[in-house]
Amino acid sequence: MPSFDPRIERLHISDNSKEELLSHGENWNIYEVFHQEKRGARHEHVGGVHAPNPEMALVFAKEQFGRRKRCVNIWVVNSADILAFSEQDEDMFAANLGKTYRDASGFRVMDKINRIRSQKKEE
Amino acid sequence: MLREALAELITKMADDELILGHRNSAWTGLGPILEEDIAFSSMAQDKIGHALALYTLLRELSGIKDMDHFAFGRQADQFKCCHLVEYPNGEYDFSLMRHFLFDAAETLRYESLEDSSFEPLRQLSRKFRGELKYHMLHGNTWVIQLGHGDEESHARMQGALDACFPLAFGIFEQGNREAFLIDQQVYPGERVLQERWLEKIYPVLVKASLNMPAPDLNPGTPGGRQGKHTVYFAPLLEEMSEVFRMDPETAW
Repeated sequence: MPSFDPRIERLHISDNSKEELLSHGENWNIYEVFHQEKRGARHEHVGGVHAPNPEMALVFAKEQFGRRKRCVNIWVVNSADILAFSEQDEDMFAANLGKTYRDASGFRVMDKINRIRSQKKEE
Repeated sequence: MLREALAELITKMADDELILGHRNSAWTGLGPILEEDIAFSSMAQDKIGHALALYTLLRELSGIKDMDHFAFGRQADQFKCCHLVEYPNGEYDFSLMRHFLFDAAETLRYESLEDSSFEPLRQLSRKFRGELKYHMLHGNTWVIQLGHGDEESHARMQGALDACFPLAFGIFEQGNREAFLIDQQVYPGERVLQERWLEKIYPVLVKASLNMPAPDLNPGTPGGRQGKHTVYFAPLLEEMSEVFRMDPETAW
């Protein structure tokens, strides 16, 4: 059955599943793209591109994800290099909500900052 | 005198950008890869943006009526674009190679204008620097990638280079007021730009394992800068100005 995915179609995988050899440049990987809106901001995941190597991925990513609105930098990372938990592992995080002693909400930092600010104003 | 000289320089620059931007935009929707289609179209937009900025400058210099009229309403022999940008897109190898060769020249031209005695051109060159940096990165990356791809991609790149290279010398055809422009330190002149261009493209071609054809240091005057164009120009102009000519006075 033909796939809608052009990356799979390009491989010409036949039904009798003979081993196919890919020539140089034919094996395209997905690269996840992260863009940074302004200096100092965190890079945010915005999508992916497919490319034969990291250099071309970067060239593509610039125009896919950095051609409009604010952007100062782009990262590309080969999707295969990203190690992640699977969906089934969600249960590892399930007990978090019951552990509020781990929250940082006890530190009333904004109160301290605002107090210092208003002190400075009076000076 | 200076005004006419500046108009000569700016007109040919703007016409190159308009025509090449128009040619490159014809790849929209037909590019070989989705991401590349978007990138190439985006760069075509940049080119037309450059043309608009240059025509705007021209309006202040020579009191032309307005930019749209100047861009779409002139006769063919009033355009001063070089022959290279007039050629049809051919296959993607030709368009890519043209993009690589032209954008290298364009980048050097704007770099040289960073020291121009004419302040508005200095401003434009600063403004376009970032865009051109990407255009060059894109062109270099592709030429090297395909130069090394496989037999077919290498052969196509070499064939495209052999076809485009002689045409590219038309970019550096000298205008009538060339000496005056150099004397007034508006820019260093076409001869200097051509030398820098050959030095700039050569290492990339080497990296791509492509053979640079022998430079045509004394080409017969191609004529683009004098308004003499190829057979491809008239149909291009006809198509490009078709919508505009339906109602030249309309507001867009």
